[in-house]
Amino acid sequence: MSAPAGSPHPAASSRIPPKLGGAAASGAAAPAGPGPGPHQQNGPAQNQMQVPSGYGLHPQSYTAPSGHYSQGPEKMTSLPLDSQCDDYYSGLYRVPTQNVVTPNTASPQPGAQQMYGSVPPAPHVVGSTLGSFQGAGSSASHLHTSASQPYSSFVNHYNSPAMYSDNSSVAAQGFPSTCGHYALSTVSNAAYPSVSYPSLPAGDPYGQQMFTSQNAPTVRPIRDNSFSGQNTAISHPSPLPPPPSQQYHQQQSLSGYSTFAWSASGLPSTQDNLIQNHTSLATANNPTNPVADTLSCSVMQNVQPPKSSPVVSAVLSGASSTRTPAASRPVEPLASVARPSELLQQKGMQYGEYVNNQASSAPTPLSSTSDDEEEEEEDEEAGVDSSSTTSSASPMPNSYDALEGGSYPDMLSSSASSPAPDPAPAPAPAPAAPQPSKMAKPFGYGYPALQPGYQNAAAPLNSGVPPGSPAYSGFQQYAQQYPGMNQLSSSLGGLSLQSSSQPESLRPVNLTQERNILPMTPVWAPVPNLNLDLKKLNCSPDSFRCTLTNIPQTQALLNKAKLPLGLLLHPFRDLTQLPVITSNTIVRCRSCRTYINPFVSFIDQRRWKCNLCYRVNDVPEEFMYNPLTRSYGEPHKRPEVQNSTVEFIASSDYMLRPPQPAVYLFVLDVSHNAVEAGYLTILCQSLLENLDKLPGDSRTRIGFMTFDSTIHFYNLQEGLSQPQMLIVSDIDDVFLPTPDSLLVNLYESKELIKDLLNALPNMFTNTRETHSALGPALQAAFKLMSPTGGRVSVFQTQLPSLGAGLLQSREDPNQRSSTKVVQHLGPATDFYKKLALDCSGQQTAVDLFLLSSQYSDLASLACMSKYSAGCIYYYPSFHYTHNPSQAEKLQKDLKRYLTRKIGFEAVMRIRCTKGLSMHTFHGNFFVRSTDLLSLANINPDAGFAVQLSIEESLTDTSLVCFQTALLYTSSKGERRIRVHTLCLPVVSSLADVYAGADVQASICLLANMAVDRSISSSLSDARDALVNAVVDSLSAYGSTVSNLQHSGLIAPSSLKLFPLYVLALLKQKAFRTGTSTRLDDRVYAMCQIKCQPLVHLMKMIHPNLYRIDRLTDEGAIHVNDRVVPQPPLQKLSAEKLTRDGAFLMDCGSVFYIWIGKSCDSNFIEDVLGYPNFASIPQKMTHLPELDTLSSERARSFITWLRDNRPLNPILHVVKDESPAKTEFFQHLIEDRTEAAFSYYEFLLHIQQQICK
Amino acid sequence: MEAVVFVFSLLDCCALIFLSVYFIITLSDLECDYINARSCCSKLNKWVIPELVGHTIVTVLMLISLHWFIFLLNLPVATWNTYRFIMVPSGNMGVFDPTEIHNRGQLKSHMKEAMIKLGFHLLCFFMYLYSMILALIND
Repeated sequence: MSAPAGSPHPAASSRIPPKLGGAAASGAAAPAGPGPGPHQQNGPAQNQMQVPSGYGLHPQSYTAPSGHYSQGPEKMTSLPLDSQCDDYYSGLYRVPTQNVVTPNTASPQPGAQQMYGSVPPAPHVVGSTLGSFQGAGSSASHLHTSASQPYSSFVNHYNSPAMYSDNSSVAAQGFPSTCGHYALSTVSNAAYPSVSYPSLPAGDPYGQQMFTSQNAPTVRPIRDNSFSGQNTAISHPSPLPPPPSQQYHQQQSLSGYSTFAWSASGLPSTQDNLIQNHTSLATANNPTNPVADTLSCSVMQNVQPPKSSPVVSAVLSGASSTRTPAASRPVEPLASVARPSELLQQKGMQYGEYVNNQASSAPTPLSSTSDDEEEEEEDEEAGVDSSSTTSSASPMPNSYDALEGGSYPDMLSSSASSPAPDPAPAPAPAPAAPQPSKMAKPFGYGYPALQPGYQNAAAPLNSGVPPGSPAYSGFQQYAQQYPGMNQLSSSLGGLSLQSSSQPESLRPVNLTQERNILPMTPVWAPVPNLNLDLKKLNCSPDSFRCTLTNIPQTQALLNKAKLPLGLLLHPFRDLTQLPVITSNTIVRCRSCRTYINPFVSFIDQRRWKCNLCYRVNDVPEEFMYNPLTRSYGEPHKRPEVQNSTVEFIASSDYMLRPPQPAVYLFVLDVSHNAVEAGYLTILCQSLLENLDKLPGDSRTRIGFMTFDSTIHFYNLQEGLSQPQMLIVSDIDDVFLPTPDSLLVNLYESKELIKDLLNALPNMFTNTRETHSALGPALQAAFKLMSPTGGRVSVFQTQLPSLGAGLLQSREDPNQRSSTKVVQHLGPATDFYKKLALDCSGQQTAVDLFLLSSQYSDLASLACMSKYSAGCIYYYPSFHYTHNPSQAEKLQKDLKRYLTRKIGFEAVMRIRCTKGLSMHTFHGNFFVRSTDLLSLANINPDAGFAVQLSIEESLTDTSLVCFQTALLYTSSKGERRIRVHTLCLPVVSSLADVYAGADVQASICLLANMAVDRSISSSLSDARDALVNAVVDSLSAYGSTVSNLQHSGLIAPSSLKLFPLYVLALLKQKAFRTGTSTRLDDRVYAMCQIKCQPLVHLMKMIHPNLYRIDRLTDEGAIHVNDRVVPQPPLQKLSAEKLTRDGAFLMDCGSVFYIWIGKSCDSNFIEDVLGYPNFASIPQKMTHLPELDTLSSERARSFITWLRDNRPLNPILHVVKDESPAKTEFFQHLIEDRTEAAFSYYEFLLHIQQQICK
Repeated sequence: MEAVVFVFSLLDCCALIFLSVYFIITLSDLECDYINARSCCSKLNKWVIPELVGHTIVTVLMLISLHWFIFLLNLPVATWNTYRFIMVPSGNMGVFDPTEIHNRGQLKSHMKEAMIKLGFHLLCFFMYLYSMILALIND
């Protein structure tokens, strides 16, 4: 530890203890990395990855970080501080006198203004829902289905439309009429990442959209049930000419899956489940329905008044009787005949469930029409017997029907006197429109094959029913139910806790006795206990997650549960599919400005009720046009209402000024230290390669500044023969020498820029300047950027030592492993914070690349990025030759950084249902007002967290919704709004709250809170708070919910990983004590915790360990013709490391491959390419491409893991005896270290605390 | 002499009352989103020291003039003001930090604090007024 304690001079030579250096390297390996991919193991996820072009697999080399690189400083001689650059490159650059004096204020750049304004947003629409792909991906899901119930539906969520695009040919069979659309959507999907939206003839802005949204609903029913590629593979090939039968077939097989997946306890057969389903459906109309009983009954009562008109039921039963023969899967010729009846029957079922769910989820603000239900119940009863006796396939088509056209019958049947349990101005029975004809048309349009049958079915209904008011139960997304066992079993399992069946997530687990607490498969987000329909519509957990998927009714209940309540957001995630909506009026609530979303309720055709503030709004005229069917009067089928993640192209109402161009400014440290480290070469090279890929349009501008003790500007104005360097040495009062020509158009001055980039690395090779005037350089950058806003990328290699914002070394190396106080986690000065706020005000974000070999006070420097919505990258011990792995990492990261999507001048607003309020935000941004986050830039790798509190009791609602709206300017100069909406149920019992706990989200939120706590209070406080979080919640659970009097430590199954994760957090670099941790590393880990999205953060906290020397194809998934083995997860304990094995640890930003001493020599030879263990080198960062099966498997597995994240992790091969293994062993968090508990000890500790 | 002390205290107290009201108004503006956090905090931070000084002066004055009861009444508030001012972390921009004011219910606690101070100053106001009149009569 010879680092200069307290030496104010950064140039003082210092050496990093090897161990530390290495540790640092691993920690900084992958700074920001939310990827498009959701969870690592998610089949769909990795599929998703393949579509976006930005990130391929870049094998990354990383030589083992035996990091003592005494960098530049040592070679430094004492330097004349005033050395001018003239000496070095006067030949190249005409260096004006000391100061180039030109108008020194930043005059607004006229050119820029002119450039604004054009680019009329073409009416483009990319339709499509989430997720593309299915085939292989879904088999992954299949793999896991048995594991956990949440998982299956999670997958559901994901796979969704994918299937369609991928299997468009198959789909075509199934849906001849729509095959074209499918194909189309596939194309558009592919195109999306590069932001090319197929623009349509202006006359018909909805053309494409229509397809897609049509696509989406169609897809849904199947999607739900389709779990696996195999499944689809089975069903699809069967060439059943009549489309519907095809569907049936498909769905049948699928249904098998869904049941399988959903029956959490045991796996009842499909049939069983079905029957069960039906029976419960049948009982649904019974007021004393057990399900309904256990659940909130107020609604039930509303619903139940037995008003069902006998007429209706008679008619319906008639219909059903006709259908009975056809109920079994229709043979082709029969198809047309069978259709109506089937549909009808299904309708019945659907309604039955509707009732069920109506009861269970008790949709508060629903204007649900009770009459519908009655009829439906009747209907359903009629249908049940037939369906239950027939094949298991029959229910599924229903759902299909229900999705697309199912709402019609509702409309038709709903009588004018619908007593909606709606607190809002009751929907005056709308004038009974001539619905039948109207509906028939659109329906038929979309699905000609179905149409006749449907119409037939509808006709009797209609005739039997009093002229139906268009009550649109179909609109009421809550109410609209689709049959499916998922939903049923979940509603049975999850909601009716009081009844005997206890959901899996509440199963008490004795932690001290359960030895293998970590599941073999990755942990998935629990699925909110909503009805199937809402589940389908709900936002993907990758973008939007809540720590409690069952929101407690009151703050008191929440306090009792002792669990944190908050949201985790990843709003700008790379999505392969995203419905983009162009429309003149963006429909929003007039009082709370919520965007219309799938969870609003339509009171009647003309009005909708906001799901956040319950205000009733008018549906604007334009919204009445349904692009789906090109028909009028179907607002509930608009894509806004069918997708919980949509993107709007905003009109000029959403602009305060013309959309800014993409502006990039690079501020580079060129002091001796920086030149020694050699990052300039890598940066310039990377920039040269990616210059054309920088996101932007023809207005894109770019500029460069360098600084040491002076600030150098580069005039790149078009017309110059070579770049012109302007030096400003007056760092106390920085001015811009030629404000107009420093940021230049990328395309007009490309040659000059390339010249500069080629020259830059060599320009400063002989510099003797050791000082770094970062503060003044940033001030200059701010001045330069303030007219437009944009992105400033700062590369810094040492502690700023001159001018404003200079910092002193605060780290005391002797305190690195202190178990007591860790000081200086907060900033030393408010200079960077102020600067960041100034920048944020001018829509400028500052991204910091810190490449330092010694303490650089990241805690202070990070402020410039934290509050300006930038990102932070840290490369400890960076040196381009001594530390090639870091160099390669920088290169890879830069590639991603330069080419990833970017949004400018963004704001994000998070809204939630009345009664909830947000009180603390985590992430990189500036909170401008209570719920408005100001984000100068938004990038796809940024995650956010929000803490919530319950201000008012939520007793009068059964669902709460959260909406984030991210308004940004795309790099193409379009103003866009990305909206995510999440819907969660409200529960009143403590058991339900525990049942819905999302342990991963909770941990991430706790980590964020702990970072705050350690900065504002102290690290030990934060650690105590973490331990207390476990102790409190488990003791609260033990004393209230579980009535088992065990001696052990009891946790609900949903929280069984809670102690493990908290222990992992305590051993995380950010919070650990006792282990030597450099201050910058610690601070960087904290920054990461704050701004990483959940998926990546979880790997940082709790790495995944796999055994890879015996990879088999068992359970493997297929991704793009590659077979990716899926080894089980091992727990992070040395007991799992056998000497004859090889293990891969995935820490998010680093991969370690640990090779046991007596590892199978076949593995070493086949995979590593060395004859035996002894010959494996100490530093190995790549797996050779060998032509053996095991090598192929290992590589494809690692590639697949890498694919799931945007930043490339470095791979280290660690031999059992190599010194680098300490790093590897640090991550084995279940083991005991000198300074920390083992997992079992930790459990005992918790138990002790609880008993106290 | 005593009258002069109380007249001065009274004026000072008036100023503090106005300051408290100003704090409350500005904070509620922020709450209602009429101004942004940045301008709110820079506005308020300007007045933190004057408030501190104003209140300390009265407290000291009471100590000097040997009004023990009033001094003891003022002491906790003066201590709190000073403590709050000293404990601002080095990285923050003042007692009111725009980046944190929306976090952890800080806005609410600031508001509460301003309200309490307002009440306290009003109480003091009448106390000084009474004492002043008493002193004038005695003279």
